[in-house]
Amino acid sequence: MTDTTDFQNLAPSAGQKFRQRTLPFLILAAILLAIPMTGPSRTFYTVAHQMGINVVFALSYNMILGKAGLLSFGHAVYFGLGGYLAVHAMGWIEEEIGLWGSIPMFFLPIIGFFGGALAGATIGWPSTRRAGTTFAMISLGVAELIFAAAFMFDSFFGGEQGISGDRMNGIELFGLSLGPIAEVYWFIAFWMFVGILGMWAFTRTPLGRLSEATRDNAQRVQFIGYNPQRVRYMVFIIAGGFAGLAGGMAAVNYEIFTPDALSLLPSGFVLIMAYVGGITYFVGPIFGAILLTYMQSMLSDFTEAWLLYLGALFIGIVMFAPRGLAGIIFGFFDGLRGAERGAFLKGWITSLVGGLFMLIGLIILVEVSVRWSNGYGEIYEPFGLHLDHASPLTWLLFLATTGAGIGLTALANRHKEGTT
Amino acid sequence: MTAIALSLKDLNKSFGPAKIIDNVTLDIEKGERHAIIGPNGAGKSTLFNLISGLYTPTSGSVTLHGEEISGMAPHLINHRGLSRSFQVSNIFTNMTVRENVRCGVLNALGQGYAFWRNIGSNKEVQTRTFEILDRCGLVDKAALPASLLPYADQRALEIAITIAGGADVILLDEPTAGMSHSETERAVQLIRTATEGKTLIIVEHDMGVIFDLADRISVLVYGDIIASDTPQNIRGNAKVREAYLGDEDLPEEIA
Amino acid sequence: METLVFGLLNGVSYGLLLFMLSSGLTLIFSMMGVLNFAHASFYMLGAYFAFTISGSSSFWIALFLAPVLVGLIGAAVERYGLRRVHPNGHVAELLFTFGLAYLIEEVVKIVYGKTSVDYRVPDLLNFAAFEVYGASFPAYRLFVIVIAIAMLIGLWYLLKKTRAGLIIQAALSHPHMVGHLGHNVPLIFMTVFGIGCALAGLAGVMAGNIFVTDPAMAIQMGPIVFVVVVVGGIGSLEGAFVASLVIGLLQNLAVGINASFADIFGFIGLSELSEVGRINISSLAPVLPFLLLVLILIFRPQGLMGEKEL
Repeated sequence: MTDTTDFQNLAPSAGQKFRQRTLPFLILAAILLAIPMTGPSRTFYTVAHQMGINVVFALSYNMILGKAGLLSFGHAVYFGLGGYLAVHAMGWIEEEIGLWGSIPMFFLPIIGFFGGALAGATIGWPSTRRAGTTFAMISLGVAELIFAAAFMFDSFFGGEQGISGDRMNGIELFGLSLGPIAEVYWFIAFWMFVGILGMWAFTRTPLGRLSEATRDNAQRVQFIGYNPQRVRYMVFIIAGGFAGLAGGMAAVNYEIFTPDALSLLPSGFVLIMAYVGGITYFVGPIFGAILLTYMQSMLSDFTEAWLLYLGALFIGIVMFAPRGLAGIIFGFFDGLRGAERGAFLKGWITSLVGGLFMLIGLIILVEVSVRWSNGYGEIYEPFGLHLDHASPLTWLLFLATTGAGIGLTALANRHKEGTT
Repeated sequence: MTAIALSLKDLNKSFGPAKIIDNVTLDIEKGERHAIIGPNGAGKSTLFNLISGLYTPTSGSVTLHGEEISGMAPHLINHRGLSRSFQVSNIFTNMTVRENVRCGVLNALGQGYAFWRNIGSNKEVQTRTFEILDRCGLVDKAALPASLLPYADQRALEIAITIAGGADVILLDEPTAGMSHSETERAVQLIRTATEGKTLIIVEHDMGVIFDLADRISVLVYGDIIASDTPQNIRGNAKVREAYLGDEDLPEEIA
Repeated sequence: METLVFGLLNGVSYGLLLFMLSSGLTLIFSMMGVLNFAHASFYMLGAYFAFTISGSSSFWIALFLAPVLVGLIGAAVERYGLRRVHPNGHVAELLFTFGLAYLIEEVVKIVYGKTSVDYRVPDLLNFAAFEVYGASFPAYRLFVIVIAIAMLIGLWYLLKKTRAGLIIQAALSHPHMVGHLGHNVPLIFMTVFGIGCALAGLAGVMAGNIFVTDPAMAIQMGPIVFVVVVVGGIGSLEGAFVASLVIGLLQNLAVGINASFADIFGFIGLSELSEVGRINISSLAPVLPFLLLVLILIFRPQGLMGEKEL
């Protein structure tokens, strides 16, 4: 292979490849295998399964937002249609219609993928001919149309009750009956791994690279011989497929799909997950999906205003950290490796503390207001403090923490501008 | 007589009432190095945009190897063997130099839309990418993000992307604009080797470059070709001298 | 006949309300390129502020004060939020307003509760203006039409006859040029954003007591306002006006049509028993704007009267 060395030295070395490509997946696999050994609770499983589904869903969303530069307000349509098809397939397997009886439930996400890709191919045809704001608006219009249509065609969507199924039918694969939640875990873990691997592999294909090129410079792409519309269309179909895969996972996990799964709400939620996580990084949406699913299921138990925190988090990211959580994390490690480590660390910790103070201020304000607004006479009592909406202590604390937060962040910013 | 690679016939382009290209007729032979010169605003870039498919002609025809291409989408024209560069560097700044070139190479090998194979596994793609990088003197900068390249190298990359697709008719829009003297010399050398055996059409302001490179020169003034001849004859052409009077330093350089 | 007349009247009053909302959004979108997702949230704020103010004083004070308050909030949002995000591009701006819509809804839920508030039509206007075919048309709706037309004339005067209006108009078609002429573009942006929000607030004051004032009113109205702006065309207030009326009429007339697909397409053999055949025209009313949106974007991307494509 002497004749190939010339160009191979342009590519990353085998060691780099292992560290950057193979190792992360080995670690992921190890984590997925290790989790059940810790004897997790039922609640843990419930949340973890939702996370697995959302990770795939958010990554599929980022195929179009982050990689192809298309902002969609209707991505849940493909999740939902894929999921609906999977629920129906669940019924066909149960009734052993035709060949369906010989298909294991375990493979339902593939049906979902097919459904999502088919929906993407149909809806994407007119909508991906344009990019930018036009595409965003079409996606919104289409999402509203499909959602409304879902209530008109009961035989497929099942009206408000939706369509439900039973996953404990058909052939068992790998000895999994999919009955107990611990067995469903292996199903979710397997498909999440497949989904992540598949979407990561996509970024390494010619089309994956081309979609980034089209995002950055659609005009130049045309002059080297590609049709940007075709690029967008193909990426859109594949993203729809992976959204459908997530839908198929959800179908098996919840055994029910309702028209709400297609509405603007989950479409907005997946946008927030991907963006908060960081759309410029492949792993960004994974971070976002994990954090937001956790917030959704845990925080909603602690506070009724969790959506307010979600909105505040989202706006904070859009305004102050457009590269998302992944950007913050990787930026931190890059800074540590940089030349002025001390100054960087000082600035970073200052803004972190400042952010925390502001967060405390926000929490006090929101929690006190929520209780006052409910009017049940309930009082916010964190750490034994008695924070009544009428007590001066409340407002003093609020002002002090918020003020300190703003001051520290401003200080950190001034330092940053001073050094650069 | 040799075959005609690109032929423009009665080509017109108007924007509203403004006639930018006025009845241009021009035949360019296969393997010819043809330069288009003219004062600023003469319509040189518009002419390129008409040929490469960015604009649709108001009337007239453009034929490439005997096939009508006017009004065709840019990517279809590219598939038929015509590729162009841009006056302002138009590269993929978020990608590395190697990836920039690879995008063009993949198209030539018909794998641009592939989503089932690894981009790094095809040996032919890697070899050809390397060849192009080598020809354009960019091998040692292959792993750099394109946005970090120095200006002259960005221009070289612009040419590399243009030739990567393997087109046999190459249009270069002011490839040496903004370069220093030594950079220009290097660029001319690069253009010569990079377009070896291909048909080249080049728009340029630097007369040194033009007279160095071109087999034939066309002079475009107010959307009209007033002369089309060998460099030798263009030098002596009175109409050309008149058109250039008061514009740049061409007359002295010609004389 | 009765349904037709009422469909027309309601359609016009609803269409004019839509125009109040969409005129502001068109101004903002055309000048700043920001498709303000939170525009309908300012409409909601208008309704809630009017509820509070009319509760403690009177509707007439609310009619004036609530839009002003909403406008001030809008200007503050532009100054301290949007302007910061602006360098990151239009998608970031769109996402910012998307998050803002979320936030406003949650704050409203905390302050006013999750269910609807009792924001009523003022007693002075709570009577039947006239009767046609035995049914009465409420005076308040007539009042809405009058206010909307007054607003239309006011806006027209502002844009065509004042210096500020001329600058805004120039900025509509050539946003980059205005800065070169030495005008303070950020100030213009802030003002236009404020005015746009105030108009949305006014629409909220007018509509909150016709429909329901609840935290969901923004999310219900928001997408429809987008439709109006996009269908009307970028930079075209006339287009927004026509699109508002078209959509207002379309929705209100469709509601009155009590026929199913089978009744209409029965001649090609569509059965009353099939799922498609059972779909009622009136139930399609909420979907029609979106159908229009998708069709317009595909076949006429510059909108009804816009000059440039999106």
